[in-house]
Amino acid sequence: MCALCGALASEHWAEAGGGRRARVFRVRLVNRVLGQFGLRLDDWGGRIYLLRDLKGRSAVVSDLGSLWVEAERLAGRPLDPLDPELVRALA
Amino acid sequence: MPDASKLPVVVVTGFLGSGKTTLISRLLEHPALGETAVIVNELGEVGIDHHLLRRVDERTVLLKNGCVCCSLRGDLAEELRELLSRRERGEIPRFERVVVETTGVADPGPVAYTLLAEPVVRHHYRLESVVATVDAVLGLRGPESVRQVAAADAVVVTKPDLAEPGPLVEALGRLNPAADVAAASFGAVEPARLFAGSEREPPLVAPSPAHVGEEIRAVSVVLDEPLDWTAFGIWLTMLLQARGQDVLRVKGLLDVGGDGPVLLNAVQHVVHPPVHLDAWPDGDRRSRLVFIGRGLDASAIETSLRAFDAASRG
Repeated sequence: MCALCGALASEHWAEAGGGRRARVFRVRLVNRVLGQFGLRLDDWGGRIYLLRDLKGRSAVVSDLGSLWVEAERLAGRPLDPLDPELVRALA
Repeated sequence: MPDASKLPVVVVTGFLGSGKTTLISRLLEHPALGETAVIVNELGEVGIDHHLLRRVDERTVLLKNGCVCCSLRGDLAEELRELLSRRERGEIPRFERVVVETTGVADPGPVAYTLLAEPVVRHHYRLESVVATVDAVLGLRGPESVRQVAAADAVVVTKPDLAEPGPLVEALGRLNPAADVAAASFGAVEPARLFAGSEREPPLVAPSPAHVGEEIRAVSVVLDEPLDWTAFGIWLTMLLQARGQDVLRVKGLLDVGGDGPVLLNAVQHVVHPPVHLDAWPDGDRRSRLVFIGRGLDASAIETSLRAFDAASRG
């Protein structure tokens, strides 16, 4: 489904199947990325996610598509996976 | 494998006068095609003589906070739903496929998005293939034309009797290495070559990069090791948010550790449901991805994807 508007779909393409364990793993991996931008994601009841920044601001997101839209808004800048600094931090 | 319970939809796109209607008319005559419903936006000079011809007025509904490619084509959704209702009521024959002819300047993004995201439509239909027509004499005509070719699974260079199509076929093949590009006079193409295109595997290595208007190019990435699917999903959704305006198309065959690969196909922001294939098309099990867009650097893409994958194992 659409990376930006995934909420319209019943299940985001990148989250289809997998169940609870996959969801826990996904959140942990996303947090490796978000940590570089001062953000953190928490699973909320296995249905939605809560995204927070260091200033205490938060946003509820439904899937990976809407996550990056909100993360960009809270960070105040684009979160580019090709950013060499991020790539160095992850590798 | 694709869901056989859903009706296949073929989208035919291409600039005004590039031979879309001629191609469709010829295809409809082919005995292999079966009962087909046709949806057109405009009734052109070339008429389609077909009892299941429906006309719609292009109407795009831009969703709140949505980008252009992620907007719903209300007219198309309505017409596809109406076709289903009439088919169920027995008012029209039980068609087996739908062909949608877009306007010359139509962006294929919203058409694909409508088929993959509108709840009723996606329950009953699946996007089988996007076919783009390009006039051999006039070639690519502006950004719309480039977007159409980038989104295509098959490209037909029309009117090869009026201009030598070889160089254009080659250039279009470099612009979209994931598409089957062929020249054809008066729409004389085997339907099998145009359909089931979204399931066609991308090439292992893209030919030398094509540059269109200095900016648009195709780059390919090949990875020897299996990829973690979760890491890939995180990476691609992030990439499409950060650089969505620049990425026109992503097509790939991914080794995620199973017996067969995962076929990934995205038109702009719109990602088809990934398809798990039973087996690899050949002995080479390396993951391969083709990206078409502006300012894309294969090395930066590969390094980044590898870093995300490494993080999944760390």
